[in-house]
Amino acid sequence: MNASNTTNTDTSYIGRPVNRVDGVLKVTGKAQYAGEYNTSGLLHGIVICSPIPRGKITSVSTSDALKVKGVKKVFTHENVKGLPWFDLSYKDMELLPGSPFRPFYSNEILFSQQPVALVVAESLELARYASTLVRIQYETAEFETSLERNLKKGFTPRRGKTGYEKPKSRGKAERALKKADVKVEAAYFHGAEHHNPMEMFSSTVLYENDDKLTIYDKTQGVLNSQSYVTRVFGLKSKNVRVLSPFVGGAFGSGLRPQYQLFMSVLAALDLKQSVRVTLTRQQMFSFGHRPITWQKLELGANKEGRLMGISHTAISETSRFETYTENVVNWSGRLYECENVRLDYQLVPLDVNSPLDMRAPGAATGVLALECAMDELAYALNIDPLELRLKNYTEIDPAMKRAFSSKNLMDCYKQGAEHFGWEKRSYQPRSMKDGKHLIGWGMSSGMWDAMMMPARAKARLTPDGKLTVSSATADIGTGTYTIMTQIAAETLGLPLNDVTFMLGDSSFVFAPFEGGSSTAASVGTAVLYVCQNIKEEVFKLAQKIDGSPFHNTSIEKVVFANGYITSEDDPQQTIAIAEVLQRSGVKFIEEKSTDLKLKNLIKQGKYSRNTHSAVFVEVKVDEDLGMISVTRVVSAVAAGTIINPKTSRSQVLGGVIWGISMALHEDTFLDNNLGRFMNHDLAEYHIPVHADNPEIEVIFVREKDEIINPLGVKGLGEIGIIGVASAVANAVFHATGKRVREFPITLDKVF
Amino acid sequence: MENIAEIKQPGIAQGQQPASEGQLLPVQLNINGKNYLLHLEPWTSLLDALREYLDLTGTKKGCDHGQCGACTILADGKRINSCLTLAVMYDGIPLTTIEGVAEGDTLHPLQQAFIDHDAFQCGYCTPGQICSAIGMMKEGRAQSSNDIHELMSGNLCRCGAYSNIHDAIEQVMEENINPEKK
Ligand code: FES
Ligand code: FES
Repeated sequence: MNASNTTNTDTSYIGRPVNRVDGVLKVTGKAQYAGEYNTSGLLHGIVICSPIPRGKITSVSTSDALKVKGVKKVFTHENVKGLPWFDLSYKDMELLPGSPFRPFYSNEILFSQQPVALVVAESLELARYASTLVRIQYETAEFETSLERNLKKGFTPRRGKTGYEKPKSRGKAERALKKADVKVEAAYFHGAEHHNPMEMFSSTVLYENDDKLTIYDKTQGVLNSQSYVTRVFGLKSKNVRVLSPFVGGAFGSGLRPQYQLFMSVLAALDLKQSVRVTLTRQQMFSFGHRPITWQKLELGANKEGRLMGISHTAISETSRFETYTENVVNWSGRLYECENVRLDYQLVPLDVNSPLDMRAPGAATGVLALECAMDELAYALNIDPLELRLKNYTEIDPAMKRAFSSKNLMDCYKQGAEHFGWEKRSYQPRSMKDGKHLIGWGMSSGMWDAMMMPARAKARLTPDGKLTVSSATADIGTGTYTIMTQIAAETLGLPLNDVTFMLGDSSFVFAPFEGGSSTAASVGTAVLYVCQNIKEEVFKLAQKIDGSPFHNTSIEKVVFANGYITSEDDPQQTIAIAEVLQRSGVKFIEEKSTDLKLKNLIKQGKYSRNTHSAVFVEVKVDEDLGMISVTRVVSAVAAGTIINPKTSRSQVLGGVIWGISMALHEDTFLDNNLGRFMNHDLAEYHIPVHADNPEIEVIFVREKDEIINPLGVKGLGEIGIIGVASAVANAVFHATGKRVREFPITLDKVF
Repeated sequence: MENIAEIKQPGIAQGQQPASEGQLLPVQLNINGKNYLLHLEPWTSLLDALREYLDLTGTKKGCDHGQCGACTILADGKRINSCLTLAVMYDGIPLTTIEGVAEGDTLHPLQQAFIDHDAFQCGYCTPGQICSAIGMMKEGRAQSSNDIHELMSGNLCRCGAYSNIHDAIEQVMEENINPEKK
C-alpha cells in the first residue's frame, strides 16, 4: 500500500486521494471474480444460443452429445419442467412491465441468440465439444427487427421500469417554435451498443447437501440475484447465499440477473453437484443493450439567443415481451430555461431481446441529441456555443419549478473553458488547422440525477481497535471499498488500515444494486450513520471507565481522531479508542444503521437533485482520409463532495472514454434480414484502445450541498459520459463543417 | 523428478479413467519457477490450463479469441496471448503469470505504479496490462509516450483506465532509465 495510506496519522480521509484499498489484490491477480472459484468435482456448463430471431424449436437431438464420456446432462425446454409460470417469480429489481424472459420455458424463440440449451460436463473442454454435437432444428417465423422501418409504429408507454419518469410537456411549444426568430430542426440516430465488461458473465454454484447453495455471481446486486434464485427455484433465502466480492466491470449489464445464473442453479439442483456456467464473448451480445434510438429536436430562439421553444421526440426499441423505458427526452426540459417544451417518448416493440440500462441510460442518448442541436442553434444564431448555454442558464429546475439542492454548472463552464483555452477558438468551421489535420473544438453540457436509495450498514468495533463495516452493496470498479473505508475511518477517527469494509454478500444488511450513481451517496450515508452510532457507544463507555476524563463532558466537546478521543478544550484529556473497549471489558460494539432518516427525505423532496458537467473536446481530422481522433478533453464536473479525488477522477476518465466510444467507435450492427447482431466479438465491435486515448483533464468544481445527504455526496458513475459524445460531434462539425447526425461518426460519414 | 506437483483432472475421482474421447497428454509446465505435471486434452488452451487446472486465476479470460489481451502472460520473457495457444506447446518453457510478478511480498515496481496511479477500476484487465507492459519494456521498442499507447493497444480496458495505465508505465520506464527519479 502507498506510504501515504500507512504512515499518515491524520484520520480525516474524506477528500483525500488515497489509493484503492483493494489495489494490491487487483495487481497481484488475487482478486477473485465470479468464474474463478474452483472446487473439486466442479461441473462446467456451455450454453447454446438460437441462430434465428423468431420461431420455434421443432426438434432437439442430444444423443450424440450424451454419448461423450463425461457429459452429465443436456438441459433444454424438453426436459426442464416444474418451474413457476408466474411473471412475478422472474421479476428483478429493475421491474420492467411485461413478462421477463424465462430460459427453457417453451420451444418458442423470441430473439436471436436466445439461450436454448445447456450442456454440462466434467470439464470445460468436454462441455464445449459436446455442445457442438447437439442438433437443434428450428422453424423460422416472420420477424421484424428494424427500428428505422417502423418509426411510425411507436406507442407511448404508460408505465415504465424502476426510475422511469413520464416526460411532461409544458407551455405551447409549437406556437413558440413558429414564432421564434431562429429555428433549427434535426434528427439524430444511434445504433445498438453492448456493455461488454471485460469479465464475461459467469456464475459458480457450490452445491451442499439439501439444496444449500453458495453462489458466486457476476452482478451489481447480490440481493437481486438471491431473490431471483429463491423465487424461481422455490428455495429459502437462508439456503441461498450469493457472493460477488469483485466484479470485472458491469456498466449496467449486472442490474438484472443474467441467464447463466438461472442455468448454473438449475443444473446444480438437478445434478446435486457444483456447477459453473460462463458465457462466451459472443454470448455477451445475447442479453440487453443500449437501445437503438431515433430522435428529433426542434429548437427555437429569439435574436438574442434566448430559447423560446423546445421540441424533443425520441423513438426507441423494446422487445415484444417487456417494456424497457429510459428517461431520454426529459433532460431537454431541465437543462435550460425555456417556457415552452414539448416532449414525446415512444417505443417500438421488435423481435429483439429487451434493452438494458447501459451507463447513463437515457441521458447519454437524450443529452447527445439536445446538445448537438444546441450547437446547431448557436451556428444558426451566429454566436459562440458556450455563450448560448450561458444565455439560457437556469438556477432552478424549470421542469419542476423548484430549486436545485445545489447546482454549480456555472463553474464547470468557466473553469472548463479556461483550462481548455476556449477563448482562443476561432468561430468558423474549418478555420483551425495543424498541417494536414483540420482541428475542431466542441463543447457540451451534461446532467444526471443525484439519487438516494434506502441502504443500510452494519459495523463492529473490537478491542484491538479494528473496525469492520459491511453492507450488501457492490464495487464494480467504482471504488466502493475504498470510499466506504474512508468514510468509516474518518467518522470514528481511526487509521485507514484499522478499517475493513466488506460488500458483495447477500448475508449482509440491505443495500440496493449498484446503479444510477447512487451508491456513494446512499451506502455512504448508511456507513456514516452506523459509525456515528458506534461513536456514541464508545463515548458512553469512555465516560464510565474509572478515572475517565470525560465524566462531565458531552460528545460534542470531544474529537475522535488518530485513534483517540480527545477533549476539545484540553488536548491532555485523551484516551485511545481501543483502550476504551479494553478497559470496559466488552468483546465488541456492534451497530446497524436504520434506514435513511425520514426528516431528510421530506426536506429533499422540495429540491431537484442533480449532477452537472461541461465537456470541452478537441478533435483532429485527417483532411485526405477522414480519420478522426480525439486529442484533448477537459471535463468539468459538479457532483457535490468528492470523497476520493483519485478514484473519482478515474471514474470520469472512464466516462470520457465511453463518450468518445459512443461518438466514434461503438455500434452493434443489426442485420435486419437475419434479425441478428453481426459483429458480436471484440475484434468487430470497436471500443477505444490505448492508441485512441487523448489527453484528458478532469476538474471537480466546488459544490457544497447540505440537502442531499450529510456528506454532500452526489455520485459519479454516469455524469462522466454524458455530454462527451455531443462535444465530440460538435468538434467534428467545427473541424470539417459537416454535421454528422448518425452515430458513431465513422470516416465514411465525414466527407 | 522432485519439485513437481502432479495435478489431477478436476471432476474425476481418483483411480477412475479420465473421461475423454481421446487421449490425455502429459504436459509439464514451468510456471513462476515451479513445475507442474498435468494430463490434458491436446486442445486445452494454455489459458484454460492455468485457470481451470492449476487454479492460477490471476490470468484473465476476456474473449478467448486473441482480441482483448486480458490473458497476456510471459513465455520466456515475451508477452503472449495465452488463450491463443495450446498448453501442450509450452512443455518445459518458463512461463510467468501475474502471480509470479512480485518478489514475495514486495510488489514489482509496475504493480506499485499501477496502484499509485489508480491504473484500473474493476481490475479485470489489470493482470494482462501489467504482464504486457513488462513484456513491452523488455522489447525496448517504446521510445516515446506515444509508443507506449501504440504498443499497449492489444490490451483493452473497458473501464477506460488508459491514461493512468500509460502514466504508470511511463513512470517505471523513466525510473529504469534514470534510477534517481525513484
Ligand atoms: S482472452 Fe486472450 S486475448 Fe482475450
Ligand atoms: S480496469 Fe476494468 S477493464 Fe481495465
